[in-house]
Amino acid sequence: MPKNILKELKKYNLLGRSGSGFPTALKWELVKKAKARRKYIICNCSEGEPKNFKDKFILENYPEIVVQGIKTALKTIDNSSAFVYLKKEYYNSFSNKLSRFIKGLPIKLAKKKGGYLGGEETVICEVLEGKKPEPRIKPPFPTESGLWGCPTLVNNTETFYCVGKISKGEYKKTRFYTIAGDVKKQGVYELPEKYTVKEILKETGNYPDFDFFVQSGGGAMGEILLPKELNKQVQGIGSIVVYNIKKDPFSLMKEWTSFFLAENCDKCTPCREGLYRIDEIIAKKKINKQALSDIFLVLKETSLCPLGANAYKPFETLIKKIIK
Amino acid sequence: MIIIINGKKIKTGGGTILEVAKKNNIEIPALCNHPDLKPGSSCRVCMVEIKGNKKLVPACSTKVYPGMEIITESSKIKKVRKINLELLFSQHKEECLDCVWNGECSLLDLADKYKVKINRFKDRKSEYPVYQFGNVIQFDSSKCIDCRNCVVACHLQGVDFLEIKEKGTLFQVVPSTKNDCIYCGQCLIHCPAGAFESVGEFEDIEKPLKQKDKIVVFQFAPSIRSSIGEEFGMPYGSLVTGKIVAGLKKLGVDKIFDTCVGADFTTSSEALEVVERIKSNKNLPVLTSCCPSWVKFLEQRYPQLIPNISTTRSPQIILGSLIKTYWAKKNNIDPKKIYSVSIMPCVAKKFEIIRPENNVFGMHPVDCVLTTREFARLLMKHKIDLKKLKPVKMDNMFSDPSGAGVIYGASGGVMESAFRTAYEHLTNTKLKNVEFKQVRGMQGVKEAEIKVGSKKRKIAVINGLGLAKQFLEDMKLGKRKGYTCIEVMACPGGCIGGGGQPIPTNSEIREKRALTLYQVDKKKKIRKAHENPIVKKIYKEYLKDKELAHKVLHTSYSKKGRGLVKICK
Repeated sequence: MPKNILKELKKYNLLGRSGSGFPTALKWELVKKAKARRKYIICNCSEGEPKNFKDKFILENYPEIVVQGIKTALKTIDNSSAFVYLKKEYYNSFSNKLSRFIKGLPIKLAKKKGGYLGGEETVICEVLEGKKPEPRIKPPFPTESGLWGCPTLVNNTETFYCVGKISKGEYKKTRFYTIAGDVKKQGVYELPEKYTVKEILKETGNYPDFDFFVQSGGGAMGEILLPKELNKQVQGIGSIVVYNIKKDPFSLMKEWTSFFLAENCDKCTPCREGLYRIDEIIAKKKINKQALSDIFLVLKETSLCPLGANAYKPFETLIKKIIK
Repeated sequence: MIIIINGKKIKTGGGTILEVAKKNNIEIPALCNHPDLKPGSSCRVCMVEIKGNKKLVPACSTKVYPGMEIITESSKIKKVRKINLELLFSQHKEECLDCVWNGECSLLDLADKYKVKINRFKDRKSEYPVYQFGNVIQFDSSKCIDCRNCVVACHLQGVDFLEIKEKGTLFQVVPSTKNDCIYCGQCLIHCPAGAFESVGEFEDIEKPLKQKDKIVVFQFAPSIRSSIGEEFGMPYGSLVTGKIVAGLKKLGVDKIFDTCVGADFTTSSEALEVVERIKSNKNLPVLTSCCPSWVKFLEQRYPQLIPNISTTRSPQIILGSLIKTYWAKKNNIDPKKIYSVSIMPCVAKKFEIIRPENNVFGMHPVDCVLTTREFARLLMKHKIDLKKLKPVKMDNMFSDPSGAGVIYGASGGVMESAFRTAYEHLTNTKLKNVEFKQVRGMQGVKEAEIKVGSKKRKIAVINGLGLAKQFLEDMKLGKRKGYTCIEVMACPGGCIGGGGQPIPTNSEIREKRALTLYQVDKKKKIRKAHENPIVKKIYKEYLKDKELAHKVLHTSYSKKGRGLVKICK
C-alpha cells in the first residue's frame, strides 16, 4: 500500500462511483480529520436502479480487490470498523466469497433493508442502527455524523474496487459500465473512464444500426441523449440503456414513474405529490407542459434527498428531445 | 455570530434559520414545523436561498453559521412555495367551515399570500377514509398532508397508535391494529391540516338548552380560564373566568360551577388516600388519576400497576357526581332532569364520562363534554364575543375554589395541592410555605424530596406520556425507586397543553397559560383544598356516611382491551 493513499486518490482524481461523483479523497479526509473515538466505514453494495448491475459484476469477479479497498480505508482512518452493506440478492450470493477475504478484519456483512432508497447513505445508517429505512435530513452529512452519530465514510462498491487497485499500484483509470436495452451484447464492461458514450458503444460492438436514443447515467434517473449528443462521458452511474426510436415514450415514462412511486419514501411534498402527478399526467398521454415544468422545478430545488432531486431529469430530457 | 438575512446584519447565538428569523420578526412560512417536534422538514414550503448554495434549503432544519447570507423571498422562492402548496392542496380535502383551524389556517393564509390555485390538481384523497377512535377523536385522512407530525407526536407520547403504512405505492397515516389510542389528542394539536377533530355536535348541547324541563348545569376546568381568550384574539394567558360565566349565561345556561371546586374535593380525598397508604405502607407510590389518558394507558399496558392508581375521581367527575346528588337534593331537583355539561381542555374527558365505573347511582355524572375549542365555536356560532363580555360571578355552592384547585390545570398542580393537604394530615401542623416550586414548570420530569415530619418523601411529576412510560420502565428495572407519589399528565405541560385546547399550542403558550393559574393561586386567601368551606361543609353534612362517600368520591379500574376504532366513511 502506498504511504500516502490520500495523495494517490487525489492524483487520480478519483470520484465516487455511486453516481454522485463526490471526490473520494475529500470524503476520506473529512472522516480522517473528524475528531471522534469511533468511526465507521460502509461499503455500499445496494445498487437499485433498473438496468444497472455493475456492483454485482464487481462482487462476482473481484471481491478480493473490493475488500482490499476497505482494508485500505481501515488503515487510513483510525479507530474504524467497517460494514459491507449488500442488497438481499447480493448478500445471499456473495457472503461466502467476501467472508473468505475479510477473515480477521473488523468488517461485518449487513443485509439491505427497503427498496432503492435503502441504498442512500443516511438510510443505510438508519438501517444499520435498526431503524426504519428513511432518509435523514442533511446536514449533518455522514462524514460528520453518520452511523450512531460517528463520522462515517460511505463509498460505493466500485469506489472501493478503485481504491483497492490504487493501493496495489494497478489502477488503470477504468470504470464499469452496464450496457442494456436494445443492444446485441448486453453486459458489464470495464473501460477507460475518459471514454465517451459513443466510444463505449462502439468498442463493445453495441452501437445501433437503427434510429435510437440513449439513457445515460442510470436506468431511471439517467438523462436522455440523442445520437448527436454521445460525444460526452456518462454522468451519474455507469449505465447506458439504448432504446429504439420506435419505443413508446409514454410507456417508457410509465416504467420510470412506476419505479419512482414504488421506491420513494413519500416524505417530502415534491417527491410524493410531484411524482404522483407526473404519473397522472403521462397516463393521459397528453403533455401538460406548464404543470410538468413546475413539478420538475420543485423536484430539483426542494426535494429532501437525491432521489427526488434527480428524478425529474429523464422526464425533462425525454419530453424535450423525443416527444417535443 | 453575525449572519445576514435579506441584506440585514443580524447577531445571533445560533439555531436554525427559521428560529433566528422568527426572533428577528422576519417571516418565513413554515407549515409542518412545530416547535414541540424536531423538524420533519417534509412540506418544503420554508425553502430559502443561501448565497453560494446551488440549491434552496429548508429554513426549519438548516442551522445558521457565521457569515451565512440568507434570502427569504425571491421570485424563485415564491414560485417553489406556490407549487409545493398547490401540491399539498391536491391531497387536502377542504372543509374549511368545519375545521379546527377555522380562521387561523396556515394553509389558507399561504394560499392567499402566494396566489395558490388550490384546485390546480384534483384532490387525490377524496375517497380516503375517516376513522373514529372511541367516542373521542375523528381522523379524516382525506385532509392529511402527510407531514407525519401526528405520528411523531403519538410516538413521543409512547403510544405509537398512529403509524405509516404503504398502501399501493403511497404511504398513509393509519391507526395501528395492535396499539391503542389513549385519546390524548396530541395528534390534533400538532396537525397543521386539521385532519383530526374531537367528536361532538353543537346539537348535543343546544337541544337540552331549549328543553324547558331540563336544567342545564355547566362546569369548566381550571385551565380553560387562561386559554380560551386566545380563541377571541386575546393575549396568551389572559384570565377570563368571569367572561366565561357571562358567555354561558348568554347561552341560557341555568347554573354554572367551577371544576376547581371539584378539584378541591379530589385533593381532599386523594390526600387521605396518600396518608392511608403511607401509614399502611401499601400500594406505594400512589399514581394520580385525574388524567383519563394516563389511566387508560395504565389499564391497558401496565395493569399490574392498577392497585397503585388513586381511586379518587377526577375533578369533573366528582363535581358532576355532587351536582346530581348533593346539589340536586338540596334544591329539590330530580337529578334525571339535570343535563350536566363540562368544558374541558381535553378530548379524553369525553371518554372519562362514559366509563361505567364513574357512574353515580346509575347516572352519568356528566352528560356532555365540550373542549375549549368547541365551546369557543359554540359562542361564536351564537355571535357571542367573549372578549367584549363583562365578567359575571359564578353561581353559589361550587363557585369559590381554593388556590390549590386552580393550579390543577398545570403540570405539578395536583401534586402540590395534594401535598398541601397531606402534609397537614401527616404532621398535624400547619403548613407555612404552601408553594412547592420544585414541581412547577414545563420540565418533562420533575422530582423533589419533601420533608414531612421526620421523614423525607420522594415525589415525581411527569408531563408527557412518553416520559411517563420511560419512567415506569426505569422503575421496573429498579433504576428508579422509593417514590411516595407520582403525578402524571399525558399532555405536555399538563391540562394547559391538553388536546382540547386552542391551537396553536406550543411550549411558550403553555408556559403563559400555566403562569396565570399560579398567579390566581397566589392571590387566593384560601390556598389549601381541605380549608375550602364548601368542602368542609359537604364532608361534614353529606359525606360522613362512608359508603355514600365512597360512591361519590371514588371509582375503580380494571385491565382493559383495545378501544373501538371504526371507519365512518
